[in-house]
Formats: sequence, C-alpha cells, structure tokens
Amino acid sequence: MKLPDLDYIRPGTLQETIDLLVAYEGEAKLVAGGQSLMPMLAFRLLAPKILIDISRLPGLNAIDIGPDGVRLGALTTWRDIERHAALKTAHPLLAAAIAHVAHYQIRNRGTVGGSLAHSDPASEFPALVTTCDADVVVHGAGGERVVKGSEFVLGAMTTSLEPDEMITGIRFPAWPAARRWGFEEFARRRGDFAMAAAVVFYDLDAGGRAADPHIGIIGEPERAVRLAAVEDLLTGRVIDRDVIAEARAIGEQAAQTSDDIHTPAKYRKALIGTMIERALMTAAGLELRPVAA
Amino acid sequence: MSRKIDITLTVNGAAYAHAADTRSTLVDFLRDDLKLTGTHIGCEHGVCGACTVLVDGEAVRSCLMLAPQADGASIVTVEGLGAANGELGALQRAFRKHHALQCGFCTPGILTTAHALLTQEPDADADRIRDVLSGNICRCTGYVTIVQAILEARDAYRRPADAGTSR
Ligand SMILES: Cc1cc2nc3c(=O)[nH]c(=O)nc-3n(C[C@H](O)[C@H](O)[C@H](O)COP(=O)(O)OP(=O)(O)OC[C@H]3O[C@@H](n4cnc5c(N)ncnc54)[C@H](O)[C@@H]3O)c2cc1C
Ligand code: FES
Ligand code: FES
Repeated sequence: MKLPDLDYIRPGTLQETIDLLVAYEGEAKLVAGGQSLMPMLAFRLLAPKILIDISRLPGLNAIDIGPDGVRLGALTTWRDIERHAALKTAHPLLAAAIAHVAHYQIRNRGTVGGSLAHSDPASEFPALVTTCDADVVVHGAGGERVVKGSEFVLGAMTTSLEPDEMITGIRFPAWPAARRWGFEEFARRRGDFAMAAAVVFYDLDAGGRAADPHIGIIGEPERAVRLAAVEDLLTGRVIDRDVIAEARAIGEQAAQTSDDIHTPAKYRKALIGTMIERALMTAAGLELRPVAA
Repeated sequence: MSRKIDITLTVNGAAYAHAADTRSTLVDFLRDDLKLTGTHIGCEHGVCGACTVLVDGEAVRSCLMLAPQADGASIVTVEGLGAANGELGALQRAFRKHHALQCGFCTPGILTTAHALLTQEPDADADRIRDVLSGNICRCTGYVTIVQAILEARDAYRRPADAGTSR
C-alpha cells in the first residue's frame, strides 16, 4: 500500500532532533534506515504526522574498539559491521550474529539503533544487547542516560524509551580473547528473521570450568531472554557432551513458547533446545555427531 | 500533512531537480515523477527485491526509502545498466544468453543487485551469489540460470574498463 499522509523533516543536529520530538509530543516518528518503519507505514500499522530523518546526523555511525569494549553509534549499519575487519577479533560473537540479519539490500540501510528501538522479538541485535548486557546510550530532553541492556527491551516492539528520547549508541563490554562462544540460528531462508536462535558465551577458570556463562535465546513471543536455569547448570562445570545434553533439556523446558503462524509452541521449544546444543558444541570445540541413517 | 519538497539528484548520470511528495517512496518517484518505469514494484513492503536500485553505489530497496531521503544522491536504475553505445551491458547479455529471465518481472531488481555485487566483489562465487539473491524473489526461473549468468558476467567486472555498462 502507499504510505499514509505524512510530512518529512531532516534535522542537522541531535539537539534539533530532540527539540522536534518534544514539539510533536509523540506524533512524530524517527526514521533511520527505514527497513522496519517503512513496511509498518505501508501496512498502515502506524500513521505518524511527520517523519524525522536521522539517517544523516553526524557522528552517529562510528564503530569504536577500545579497552572497555566495542561502542557502536546508533546509525551503524549491518554492512558497516560486516565490513569492519577488526570487529571479528574484538567481538567475534557480534560479527557472527549480525551475519544472519536480513538480505543484502536491507543490510545496506538497516541500523543497530533502529533494530533495537523496533525490538522485533525475532531479531538478532536486541538478543545480543540482552545477552551481553550491553549499555544503551539514550539522549532526550533531559540529557543523556544509560539503560542496562537487560532492562531496555520490555516486550514485543516495546522499549523503555520515552517519546522525547532517541538511542545514540550501544556499548558492549570488553571481550576477553580466550572467551568461548557460539551463535546458532534457525530460519527458513537465509536472511529471514530467526525462528529460534541461541547466543552463548562463557569464560574458562584455571580448571577449565565454565565461569559466568551467558545463555540467551530468540524464540519466545515477547523478546529475547537469558535462561538463568541453563546458566546455573553450566556454572563451574566442564562443558562436555553430557553437560550439553542436560543444558539442552533444561533450556527446552525453561523456554516459554506459544503457537503462532510460523510454528506450534512445541516445535519451537525443540528448535530452541537444538540451537542451545549446537551453540554450546561450537563454544566447547566439539563436533556434532552425525545423525544415524 | 504531506507536501512537496525540492530535491536534486542524479539518476543514471543525468541531473534532476524535482519537487518530491513527502509521502512518496523513491520507487514511486522514479516511476511516476521521472517516468523511469524500468524499476518494478512487487510487494511494496521490502520482501521481494523487485524495486532494487543503487543509491551511492549500494543496492537498496527503493520501496523502503522516501523520495526526500534521496536528496543529493546518485542513483542507478536498470535503465543505467546498458552500454554507452545503447547495446546491452555485460550482465544483460549474460542473462539473455542463459535464459535467466522468463516473465521478467523480477529482472530489473536482480540485475541491479548483481551489478552492485559484481562491482564490489567481482570474484563472488556461486555461494555468495546465492546468499545475495536471497533478497530477490523470482517465481519463474528457479534461479539456476540466474546464478549461471551472474557467474559468467564476473569476467567483465574484473576488467572494469570493459564491464560494458555505461556507469
Ligand atoms: C525483508 C526484511 C527482512 C528482514 N530480516 C531481518 C532479520 O533477519 N533480522 C533482523 O534483525 N532484522 C531484519 N529486518 C529488519 C532490519 O534489520 C531493520 O533494518 C531494522 O530492524 C531496523 O533498522 P532501521 O535503521 O531500518 O530502522 P527504521 O526502520 O528506520 O526504524 C525502526 C523503528 O526504530 C525507531 N528508531 C530508529 N532509529 C532510532 C534511534 N536511533 N533511536 C530511537 N528510535 C529509533 C523508528 O522510529 C522506528 O520506530 C528485515 C527487514 C526486512 C524488510
Ligand atoms: S517492491 Fe520493494 S521489495 Fe518488493
Ligand atoms: S522471471 Fe518471472 S519472476 Fe523472475
């Protein structure tokens, strides 16, 4: 469908953007890459009075790698991440997970800030923010504030952003070089939204046991979540095939799925279990056993 | 309320100054305002890839961009892929040779996508080409001949001087 009747403005600075958000009192929508917003407008799910184009705001598309971790400006695109060679060692999980986001043409325009603000429960980036507990840097009429990654996404397409606020950056904590990690996703077609995915990482203590494991999943209807039951199971254990089998079973049990147009709840639970198993196998450097014919 | 905004842009090497409607998508602007109807509209919400054009050298879906967002941009549409002398460009020739189109509805979007890909990655292998084509839906061909045609056109893109496209 054609877009609803709307006006358009392209402010030159962050402050002008915030002033416009304040002046329109919730009747304006920011547009960054437009790769989620434009379909919503075309379906007439939204009809804002005006679009505020932030895609050319200066200084918001930098990728900074430092001792404190990786900072992504809100306007960083999927392609920027894909092309950034140093990210593959500075944050290999981020680089690997983002390779699953959308198709070629969409990757050229879609941004990390837009993905997080949109917070589709099946999208990869919010799952990374949640699982890594990244800091979300937000600017609004009251100045800057930082929201913890675990508290930013509240539910499907719902975040803790106020109407006069925008995301300016995301800060991922430093990634130790020896960290073990895995990312596994199931989608029907390359580049489609995940039906299920697992985001997994842990460090090794002196005895080769898992320390501070983080296990996040995509597949619940509201948002990506961490599975505390699986993290508790893995803490202090040597990650071998038996532990992974247990983690898969507990993860499947803990995941809260529901029937939807894509899959029955039970199938999605099984998918989540399989993704947890595969991601842990990768993290532990183990090979999946071939399925008996 | 929507209104008209003056924008300037380059399309296939020609400069345009035009008043664009604030609610107009780039694809509608190209087709209805500039009368460049080579770019097709399939789904109008980002899933089919028929509307792909190059914006500043990158393949994008023109149904997911507003016309005012193209202000100042340099755009290449399927009309820009022919050779300077009016003959078909390298990709177009390869598509004809390999029967890489049937009804042709998806073809403008696939040609522009492949043009962006081979310009940036002239050595893309069959896997990479399939990966990139995941964003373009073709209901006719089954893709096999499309992949063959793009593989064959790589040679021309490795020697940019004879890529056979005018821009
Ligand atoms: C066919 C298709 C397949 C896709 N597949 C995937 C996929 O597999 N995985 C995936 O993760 N995504 C997928 N996407 C979505 C894509 O990744 C989007 O780019 C992304 O979700 C939104 O980023 P954007 O910059 O385009 O945001 P926009 O569309 O511009 O904006 C989205 C929302 O965020 C708000 N917003 C934007 N920037 C900010 C900001 N800085 N601060 C506050 N609010 C902001 C907007 O107001 C809007 O409400 C797909 C999209 C399409 C069309
Ligand atoms: S018409 Fe733009 S992607 Fe289908
Ligand atoms: S040739 Fe008919 S849709 Fe591709």
